[in-house]
Amino acid sequence: MRRAFAALAAALLCAGVAAAVPLAGVSQEVIDSDAMPPKLSAFGLFRGNDPKMPSTGVGYTLRAPLFSDYTDKHRFISIPTGKKAKILADGVIDFPVGTVLVKSFGWSDVNDGRPVETRLLIRRAGGWTALPYIWDADGKDATLALGGRRVPVSFKSPDGETHSIRYAVPNKNQCKECHSLNGEIVPIGPKVRNFILDPAVSSQLRGLYFDNPAALKPTMPQWDDPKSGSVADRARAYLDVNCAHCHNPGGSASNSGLFLRWTDDPTGVNFGLGKRPTAAGRGSGGMDFAIAPGDPDHSFLIYRLESTDPGIAMPEVGRSTVHKEGAALLRQWIAEMPKASH
Amino acid sequence: MRFQGLRHAAMLGFVAAFAAGPAAAKTISVSATTPDANEKLQEALILAEPGDVVELGAGVWKLTDGLSLDVANVTLRGAGTGEGGSILDFAGQQGAGEGLLVTSDDVFLTEFAVLNTKGDGIKSKGADRIVYHKLRVEWTAGPRATNGAYGIYPVESSDVLIDSVYVRGASDAGIYVGQSKNIVVRESIATENVAGIEIENSYDADVHDNVANRNTGGILVFDLPSLPMQGGHNVRVFSNVVSDNSVPNFAPKGNIVASVPTGTGVLIMANRNVEIFDNVFDQNGTANVMIVGYRYEHKDPKYQPLPRAIVVRGNQHGKAGYAPAFPGGAEIAAAFGGTIPPVLWDGAGDAIILDKVGVLSLNLPDVATPQSQAKPSPADLSKGTPPAALPTIKLPEAMEAKVR
Repeated sequence: MRRAFAALAAALLCAGVAAAVPLAGVSQEVIDSDAMPPKLSAFGLFRGNDPKMPSTGVGYTLRAPLFSDYTDKHRFISIPTGKKAKILADGVIDFPVGTVLVKSFGWSDVNDGRPVETRLLIRRAGGWTALPYIWDADGKDATLALGGRRVPVSFKSPDGETHSIRYAVPNKNQCKECHSLNGEIVPIGPKVRNFILDPAVSSQLRGLYFDNPAALKPTMPQWDDPKSGSVADRARAYLDVNCAHCHNPGGSASNSGLFLRWTDDPTGVNFGLGKRPTAAGRGSGGMDFAIAPGDPDHSFLIYRLESTDPGIAMPEVGRSTVHKEGAALLRQWIAEMPKASH
Repeated sequence: MRFQGLRHAAMLGFVAAFAAGPAAAKTISVSATTPDANEKLQEALILAEPGDVVELGAGVWKLTDGLSLDVANVTLRGAGTGEGGSILDFAGQQGAGEGLLVTSDDVFLTEFAVLNTKGDGIKSKGADRIVYHKLRVEWTAGPRATNGAYGIYPVESSDVLIDSVYVRGASDAGIYVGQSKNIVVRESIATENVAGIEIENSYDADVHDNVANRNTGGILVFDLPSLPMQGGHNVRVFSNVVSDNSVPNFAPKGNIVASVPTGTGVLIMANRNVEIFDNVFDQNGTANVMIVGYRYEHKDPKYQPLPRAIVVRGNQHGKAGYAPAFPGGAEIAAAFGGTIPPVLWDGAGDAIILDKVGVLSLNLPDVATPQSQAKPSPADLSKGTPPAALPTIKLPEAMEAKVR
């Protein structure tokens, strides 16, 4: 589907009609304003309000996505006509004002595959704004849910297990909890090291949207593909995306002293090795260390990842199920570490 | 009730989507019985503007998800902390690490209760000039390992006032101030927590006129390694009642407070310039005052594990030391005729004890020497010149005005 829309968009742009005929009604005016429209359709981001038919932009995926209760995520970026995203030396993609990152969440076996929610991250003049929308029962539009909501769903995970959960659509503040860096909202996934532009996007369109598209070369391994990197590297990629948005010195978990970015020293105490709990409470599970090298069963990082109890579970928001495959990767990583000498 | 005058017509359901320009400060009232009260209250906290009062209706709020506030200069005000008050009940909580999270500056929280959260009660992070006033945070079944960790939990903040709160049942610390500066904790009650009040990795704190009783340890001043802010110093603990801290330690193992011996009054670990004075101590079975180093292995070259420049003076000492709950404590007590002195020092670092009571030193010369090599003996720490007295903590006047 993305392939088709990208091709269509490219065709339109090639024909030189983009300026004369707005692609399909994206309302840049709404995007650029301070508005929090009660209905998603106000942005005109989808053709006919069909969540599978973006009216503009380019699709992308990630080497390591944030786990969100096994939802399938469909992502695209809308960048205003005539503007380009800059790729900075440190791998940050600097999107221009007027950009919208659009992410729809759903399951193939829920609502015939229609998304449950669509989250917007909008770059406005005053900074990024996060807005959560929940699709209406008739699927024709989605409604702003600033206060978040729990939506009962039942789905099968890849291993065939059925999960019946009260899926949590985050509230606007919770969006910020994860997307916060030094008090500002920032995108999490779209960094060069993790970012995969839809291969169907033509080089012409790449050049329209990015100042240096050749620099879009992800360096992190594909977290679930053993051919793409070692267990340790894939574990670090997983931690970078699933934990480091809070666990960094400018993030929501800065006070923990546990820093899990791809760029952090993975051998140090601040990466969890031999690190005692700081404010973990029940999250310690009676264990002494976040990571006890060689001993995943005595590493409370694993204990927290494998829990769904709100007083224990990590991340604190965004999941009501355990990501077994992610936890298994981290278990293997810790098990393969040489045991500490003491 | 003093807040009735502020109660306006319910304003929920207002649409602020296209609000233009800053409006005059307003009161947003939310009712506990509104359908979807959780979502409506969260919406009100998101749509509030600086200067607004969000008013929690009286009654028991059954909440399933943690609340959060990220707008500066907002007051969250309830109708009281007891019966007939505004009771936020999180017994059915399904998500979030705390009941209420505040991440904005100049917030005033007052006159409500937060009960039975799965994680922490009320947390504020990077929230400067926050005022916690007349609040109750409680795990109503009393001490249980399954209770949340911290009751009231400001962290990474400058200017923190905690005044007239009641906290019970925290499986870590009832009132916990971490990695913060310029702090006052006063006129509060902490009971049946593992640690009643804890000041950790923080600078410049006054902890005074509180009651810390029936915890495992009453008041703790700690510094821990490998954290962004460390080197805790300048803490005054004075005019508190610290008594009967006899609750068996119920903290999940691994957490630093799990190592606090039952029966601890005030415990100073790895801080410098701490003054403990004019407190009333009684019925603390291990010790009324304990001064120790951080004895776990650590790899932080910047960390200073010893207590230094600790001053203990002018305190009243009731019964203490009759049930020392640290390894070897019973043997030492037996050797001392059944009771150890009310002040206990591990022997490393330096302290001046001017109280006219006995001091027991374990004579461990440094933190590397294992506790098994303790050579306990009475010590006289009354000699030497105490460092200059610490100044009173002053908070911005606007904070004091809120609680006046």
